[in-house]
Amino acid sequence: MRLACTRALAEIARSDPRILLLTADLGFMVLEEFAEAHPTRFFNVGVAEANMVGIATGLAASGYVPFLYSIATFASMRGYEQIRNGPILHNLPVRILGVGGGFEYGHAGITHHALEDLAIARVQPGLTVVAPADHEQASAAIRATYDLQGPIYYRIGKREDYTLPGLNGRFTLGRAETIRDGSDVLILALGSIAAEAVKAVDSLAREGIRANLSIISSLRPAPAEDIRQMLSRFPLAVTVEEHYVDGGLGSLVAEIAAESGTCCRVVRCGVRALPSAVCGGEACLREANGLSAHGISASVKSALKELGE
Amino acid sequence: MLESARKIADRQQAVTARKIRKIIIEESKRANVGHIGSALSVADIIAVLFEDELRLAGTDDPDRDRFILSKGHAALALYAALHLKGVLQQDQVQTYCCDGSLLGVHPEHQLDGIDFSTGSLGHGLALGAGVALAARLGGRAYRAFVLVSDAECNEGSLWETVMFAAHHKLANLVAIVDNNGQQALGKTKEVIDLHPLGEKWGAFGWKVHEIDGHNPEELRNTLAGLETTGGPPNVLVATTISGRGVSFMEGKVEWHYLPLSDDLYAQALTEVEASDS
Repeated sequence: MRLACTRALAEIARSDPRILLLTADLGFMVLEEFAEAHPTRFFNVGVAEANMVGIATGLAASGYVPFLYSIATFASMRGYEQIRNGPILHNLPVRILGVGGGFEYGHAGITHHALEDLAIARVQPGLTVVAPADHEQASAAIRATYDLQGPIYYRIGKREDYTLPGLNGRFTLGRAETIRDGSDVLILALGSIAAEAVKAVDSLAREGIRANLSIISSLRPAPAEDIRQMLSRFPLAVTVEEHYVDGGLGSLVAEIAAESGTCCRVVRCGVRALPSAVCGGEACLREANGLSAHGISASVKSALKELGE
Repeated sequence: MLESARKIADRQQAVTARKIRKIIIEESKRANVGHIGSALSVADIIAVLFEDELRLAGTDDPDRDRFILSKGHAALALYAALHLKGVLQQDQVQTYCCDGSLLGVHPEHQLDGIDFSTGSLGHGLALGAGVALAARLGGRAYRAFVLVSDAECNEGSLWETVMFAAHHKLANLVAIVDNNGQQALGKTKEVIDLHPLGEKWGAFGWKVHEIDGHNPEELRNTLAGLETTGGPPNVLVATTISGRGVSFMEGKVEWHYLPLSDDLYAQALTEVEASDS
């Protein structure tokens, strides 16, 4: 997704002179296409994320549309107060690209695993929060949103070679995208982990369980009406996100379920505790947190069984 | 500048500074809020900036110089200057800290004449660097002046910007440090000793001007002499006295927070009004 975003940005920047790209010294083999096409509009501010947000606020207040690049943990948290008091408070078009949410930085360890970025982003009024599920949708999301007035946080995955079957790069701000139809259970997935959700749906189908799989890539504005309508048609909704279960997609769906008064039960698949200190690759860490295809389908079956009892 | 012209300018700035101080005393009493010492500390700096240095101050002209009060807790001094510029009306200034007013303890960007909401220390210089960079990218002549407090130099994020601005030679960025030697809970020397503050900025690549922050002529001449079209960014390390102009407040840490009693208000007002002589 990272290269897809860089490519989209480089293209948009050809016709929109307001576009700038700032990085806090990350993006090797990722940002070159933009940097080479627009060398005077590319800045490496050094390892200083809080400063990057402040500078971007000043730039945006002066007519520019700066995109900020860093790993999702640093992009979302190191300059969080500057994001709040800067582009959010002043309603300015600063775009934060947080790369590699969840366990995508695998062996790099917990300091590099953004498991709460969406939660802290989602509570800020006026901050658009977007988490694409594959590179095609990432590119579409950048193109659809880059010109919004207010600030945006994008959680951008690292995989460039995976296309989510059935999504076909669709992205509409504030809408859900259904990629599998089914009537037994609703699965709502966000971000790169949607790839595991698809495998879980296939596995459930082999056991005769027909799941509806919808992709939620716009957390704010939330696709509240879409979710409300879907919840009204299912006895069970399972959310899937590479994030703490508190504050992200699972919380969003539970809030909508509670406020709408639906009878649909919500089960949240995600990270429930501070991850173990043991290092591992992305697949290993997903598995350890119940987020592999197997873990997701097991959660679905267990919840369906409880509903049937 | 001719001697006669210099005297007129000094006189004008002294009058402006006196008016700013008077508004600070009156409105902080009316609202019964503190931060009086911090606002008095920067009254002369703000008077000179708004009287002489800032181009198109208080307008929404895209080529205006931007002034960022990074030490937002001195907002009352800024409201006073904006009032004297005709941007804020007297009845607006008199809503300071009233419920429903845009004039709070810290500046709010929705208020005319204010580009950025500030109040969280260590943020304003980065905003100024972004403004200065934008001016350069767009080939515009406007500049960014950022007034920071000395204790604000405790913030690591400030030094991130100091490094960035020096590296990119943002000559159109001017920092002014209100170096009054005080912070919320004590003297800076006793909390986090900043000495030698000017040398620190200099070591980071800024051109440093150590001046008396209460001397209008020195302030005016230093600002007028800044090279803001090329070379390193400039910093004025302005030695000041917290509570300047009110004898019982000068250099007293408690006036960072305390509001005025009726008796002390009368004394403060008398002293501030007399300072015009």
